[in-house]
Amino acid sequence: MLSDKIKHEIEHEAAMFERRSGACIDALRIVQRERGWVDDQSVKDVAALLEMTPDEVDSVATFYNLILRRPVGRHVIRICTSVSCWLMGLEPMLAHLEKTLGIGLGQTTADGRFTLIPNQCLGTCDHAPAFMIDDDLHRDLDPEKLDAILANYK
Amino acid sequence: MATIYIDNAPYEVKDGQNLLQACLSLGFNVPYFCWHPALQSVGACRQCAVKQYRDEKDTAGKIVMACMTPATDGTRITIDDAESRAFRAQVIEWLMTNHPHDCPVCDEGGECHLQDMTIMSGHTYREYRFTKRTYNNQNLGPFINHEMNRCIQCYRCVRFYRDYANGGDLAPFASHNHVFFGRHEDGVLESEFSGNLVEVCPTGVFTDKSFKQHFTRPWDLQSAPSVCVHCGLGCNVTPSERYGALRRIRNRYNGEVNGYFLCDRGRYGYEFVNGAGRVRQPLARCKDTGELAPVPKDEALALARAPQGAAIGIGSPRASLESNFALRQLVGADRFFMGVPKRGHQLLSSMISLLRGGPARVPSLREVGEADAVFVLGEDLTNTAPLMALQVYQAQYRAVLPEAEKAGIPAWNDAPVRELLQDKRGFLALATPAETKMDVFAATKCHAAPDEIARLGFAVAHALNAAAPAPEGLAADVAALAAGIAEALRAAKRPLIISGPSCGSEAIVLAAANVASALCAAGLDAALSFVVPECNSIGLALMDAGSLDDAMQAAEGGVDTLIILENDLYRRADRASVDRLLGAAKNVVVLDHTLHATAQKAAVVLPAATFAEGDGSLVNNEGRAQRFIQVMPPQEAIQESWRWCGELLGKPWKNLDVLLAQLGAVLPGFAELAKLAPPADARFGGQRLPRQPHRYSGRTAMQAHLSVHEPQIPNDPDSAFTFSMEGFRGAVPAAVVPSYYAPGWNSVQGLNKFQEEVGGPMRGGDPGVRLIAAAQGARAEFRGAPPAAQATRGAERLIVSLPHVFGSEELSALSGPVAERAPQPYLAVNEADAAAMALSQGDVVELSVGNAQAVLPVEVRASLAPGLVGVPAGIAGIPAVQLPGWGTITKRTEG
Repeated sequence: MLSDKIKHEIEHEAAMFERRSGACIDALRIVQRERGWVDDQSVKDVAALLEMTPDEVDSVATFYNLILRRPVGRHVIRICTSVSCWLMGLEPMLAHLEKTLGIGLGQTTADGRFTLIPNQCLGTCDHAPAFMIDDDLHRDLDPEKLDAILANYK
Repeated sequence: MATIYIDNAPYEVKDGQNLLQACLSLGFNVPYFCWHPALQSVGACRQCAVKQYRDEKDTAGKIVMACMTPATDGTRITIDDAESRAFRAQVIEWLMTNHPHDCPVCDEGGECHLQDMTIMSGHTYREYRFTKRTYNNQNLGPFINHEMNRCIQCYRCVRFYRDYANGGDLAPFASHNHVFFGRHEDGVLESEFSGNLVEVCPTGVFTDKSFKQHFTRPWDLQSAPSVCVHCGLGCNVTPSERYGALRRIRNRYNGEVNGYFLCDRGRYGYEFVNGAGRVRQPLARCKDTGELAPVPKDEALALARAPQGAAIGIGSPRASLESNFALRQLVGADRFFMGVPKRGHQLLSSMISLLRGGPARVPSLREVGEADAVFVLGEDLTNTAPLMALQVYQAQYRAVLPEAEKAGIPAWNDAPVRELLQDKRGFLALATPAETKMDVFAATKCHAAPDEIARLGFAVAHALNAAAPAPEGLAADVAALAAGIAEALRAAKRPLIISGPSCGSEAIVLAAANVASALCAAGLDAALSFVVPECNSIGLALMDAGSLDDAMQAAEGGVDTLIILENDLYRRADRASVDRLLGAAKNVVVLDHTLHATAQKAAVVLPAATFAEGDGSLVNNEGRAQRFIQVMPPQEAIQESWRWCGELLGKPWKNLDVLLAQLGAVLPGFAELAKLAPPADARFGGQRLPRQPHRYSGRTAMQAHLSVHEPQIPNDPDSAFTFSMEGFRGAVPAAVVPSYYAPGWNSVQGLNKFQEEVGGPMRGGDPGVRLIAAAQGARAEFRGAPPAAQATRGAERLIVSLPHVFGSEELSALSGPVAERAPQPYLAVNEADAAAMALSQGDVVELSVGNAQAVLPVEVRASLAPGLVGVPAGIAGIPAVQLPGWGTITKRTEG
C-alpha cells in the first residue's frame, strides 16, 4: 500500500493535470524517491489512484530507464557507457568498480550498499568519463578517485 | 476524385486517402506492416516507402512513406524505382535482425504477412550473424498464444486492442530495441475481442491457442464461407477443417456486417462441432435397457415417422430457415411451433413489427458504427452482441472525428488524431440493470429495474415529442436524466437507439422505438437496432408460428409424435413444464447434433449437421439473410435436419435449391433466399469452386492406411463448391469466396485483392439480402404505454438474468476454451440489499423462482440496481425459468 504521504503528494500532482493520468510519471518518481524503486504492488496502487490500468502505468514505468522496476541497493551508481566516456577511459574505471564492489553491471552488492547500472549518456561529455551516484554527478573520473568518492556513500 | 500519377500513368482515386490506401485499392503491391485498413496509419514501420516527385520535371524525387502521404490531386510517385526498392529491402532486413528463423515451427507460417512482405521487399539473404534479442512469453489465457521473440514492433496489437477495442490490459513495455507487447503480468486477456490479435498481428506473436491444440498447416485446411451461430448479429466467418475435425474459425469480411473483426465467442465457440457430446448415428431407445442406442438409419426413420397430421413440430431459433421450414412442411403449418417461450416469442414479433413500421432506419452493423449519438436500453452489449459494442465504440470515435478535420488532420493519420481527441467521445447513454463494460465510455448511465428502464425510455421520447406517452410520477432525477439524454440525441445528426429482449420487457422495446420515432419526427436521420438472442431468431420469427407455450397447450391431452428440431427445451422452460410436454407425447423425436437434456429424453434421436457440415440460411438481427456453406463432408449418418425432415416426409428434397424454391413459393417473404449464393449447378469457367487451397497436401496419402486408391471426392449436391483443390480460382461473388489468397498474399491481408477498395465492400457487393425494410418516411407513431414505477412485493425480489459473453450461449459453452472463461453460478445483490437481507459475499442461499429452485453463492455487486437480484443467464445450475420474475431468497442456515 502507498503511504498517506505518497498518496498526498500524488494527489497534489494529479490536481495539476486535466486528466489524472497526466500525473503518472510524477507518481512513479515520488514512489521511487520514497522507496528506492517501484514494485509491482505500487504499480497497481498508482494505477488505482490515477484511474489507469496497471498495464498503462507499467508501460510508462518501463519506458523510462530512470524508473527502476527491480530492487536496488541504498545507493545507485549510474555509470555513463556512451561513446565519449568510453573514449575517455570508461573501461578501466568500470573494471575498477567491478573489482572493488565485487559486482557487475545490473547487480547489487551483497551488503545492499550499491547497485551498478549502465546509463547511455549523462549529458556531460566535456567532462568524461562520468557517473552519477544517487542525485550527485561525478565527472572527470579516473580509477584513483573512485574509492574516495565511494567512501562518501555509506 | 483526385488524379494521381504512378510511373507517369494517371489514376483516379477517392479524395481524402493516403497513398498506400490508394495504391492498394488500385491493385498495386506496396509492402506494409503497421498500416491496417481499420486502424489507419501511424508510420511506425517505414516499410511502405515510395518515391514522390514534385512535378513532371522532377527526376530526383524523394522517398516518402505512402501511408503518411496524402493522395492529393497531381501527386506523382513511382513504386518500383531502384532507390525505393533498396530502401524497403533495407528496412525489412533491419526489422528481421531480431526475428527468429522459426517459420517451420511457427503456427503463422504459410499465411504470414511478414513472410509475404519479406519476399515482396526482396530481402532474400540474412546477413545478421549476432545474438538475437529474446523475451519471456506470457500465459494470456485460453485464447491466445504468445511468442514475443517474433515481434517486429509494428504496434498493431496495442492499436487494435486499446485504441480500437477499448481494451485496457495489453500494453507496450520498455523502449528501444527491447519493446515488449503483453500484459503487466501473466493472465487472461480481458477483452472479448482479444482473438482478433491473431489476425491483426502480421506475424506469429499472437496465435490461436485453440487451433494450436489440433494444429494443421494453414494450406492443408479445407474452408468454406460461413456465418457465426453464437449470437444474433450474423458475423461472417471462415471455418476450416482437416481430417474430419473443425480446426479453427477466422474472420470472413463482410463490409456491411462484421468488417475485419470477430468476438472471442464467435472465434472460439466452434469446438462443440468436435465435441464428445455429438450424435453421429441415429439413436433409438432400446426396449431392454431403456437406454438410447445406435440403430440403422431405416429403422430410426421408421420409428420416427408419424401418421399424417399426428405430429407436432417444435422449431428452433438456432436452426437454419431451411430446417425450420422442412419441419413445418413435415408437420403442417398449424402444428409447427417456434420453440421459443411466450415472452420471447412476443418480444420477437413486437421487434419485427417495430422495425418494419419505421420511420427509423434499421442500420446494418457497419451503419451502427456511423451513428453520432447512441442510446442503449436494457442491453449489456459486450455480453449479448459483442460486435455491436465494438461498432458503438467506433461510432463514439467517428462522432468526434470532425474535430480533427477542423484542425487540418486527415482522418487516416491515426496518431495525431487520437492525440488531439484524447478521451473525447461521441454521446453514449446506457440504461441497464447492472454495470456493463461500456459504462466507463458512456456520458450517461443508469442502472435500474426493467420497468424503470422502460420509464426512462418513455420519458426521453416524451421529452423529444410531447405526443409520445409520458410515464407518470417520474422521480425528479430520472426526469432530469431523460431531459439530458433527449437533448444530446436531438443535437445529433444520426442518432441510434439500441435495445433488445435481454430484460424480457416489451415496454423497453416499445420505449426504444418511441425514442427513435420522436427523433425521426424531429427531422433527424435516426436509426433503431434490436439485438436478438440467437443466430436465426428473426428468421424463425418471420415464419410466424406459435410459441413453445402454444405447443405445450396443443400437446395437452396427448399427441402421437413430438418432433423437436435442434432445440434443448430444458434451456427454454422450467423442468416441470418440459417434462409434462415430453410426457404428453407417445413418441419424442429429436433432431440435433448434440445429446443434450432434451435429446436424452427422446425415443429417437437423428444426428443433425452443425453449421460446419451442412448448408442453410440464417437471418440476423437487422433482417439480413445469409448463407452458410458446408465446410466438411459429414461423418457417419450426420446430415442436415432439413434432409432428415424430407426423408421423414417421404419426399426428400433433391438439394438445397429445390427446397429453397418450395420455401419461396410457400412463404413468399423468403423468395430472395435463392439469391444468397450461386445455385449448386452454377459453374465458373466450367468448374466448381475448390474448398481447398492450391497447396493442399496429402490428398493421395491421407487415406493410404485404409486404401492406396485415392478416394472419390464426396458429392456436394447443395453448393457450387467441391471438396477438392481443383476448380475455378478467379473472381467469384463474395458469398462464395472461401479464403483470401492472391499471388504474393498468403495472409489474411490478401483480402485487399477481393474488395472494391481497401476497407470497402467486397467486389460485386457484400453478401446477404435484407428481408426486413423499415417503412422509411412513415409517420412517426408512438406505441405502448409506460409501465408504472417498479413495485416491491414484500419479501419477494425481482430476479433478472445477467448475460455473459462466455457461458450464456448454449453451443459456445460446449467449447473448451470458452467454457474456461464462463462464470460459476452466482446470485448477485447490491450492497444495500445484501445488508437488508443480512447476506454477505459467499453466503449460500436458496433461490425459489417460478416453480424452480436453486442453491447459489451470494455475490455482492455494488453496480446492480437496488431491489434486483441477478443470476447469470444460461449457465448450468441456474433454473431455466422466464426472467425477470419474482422469487424468494432464503439464507441457508449453518450446517
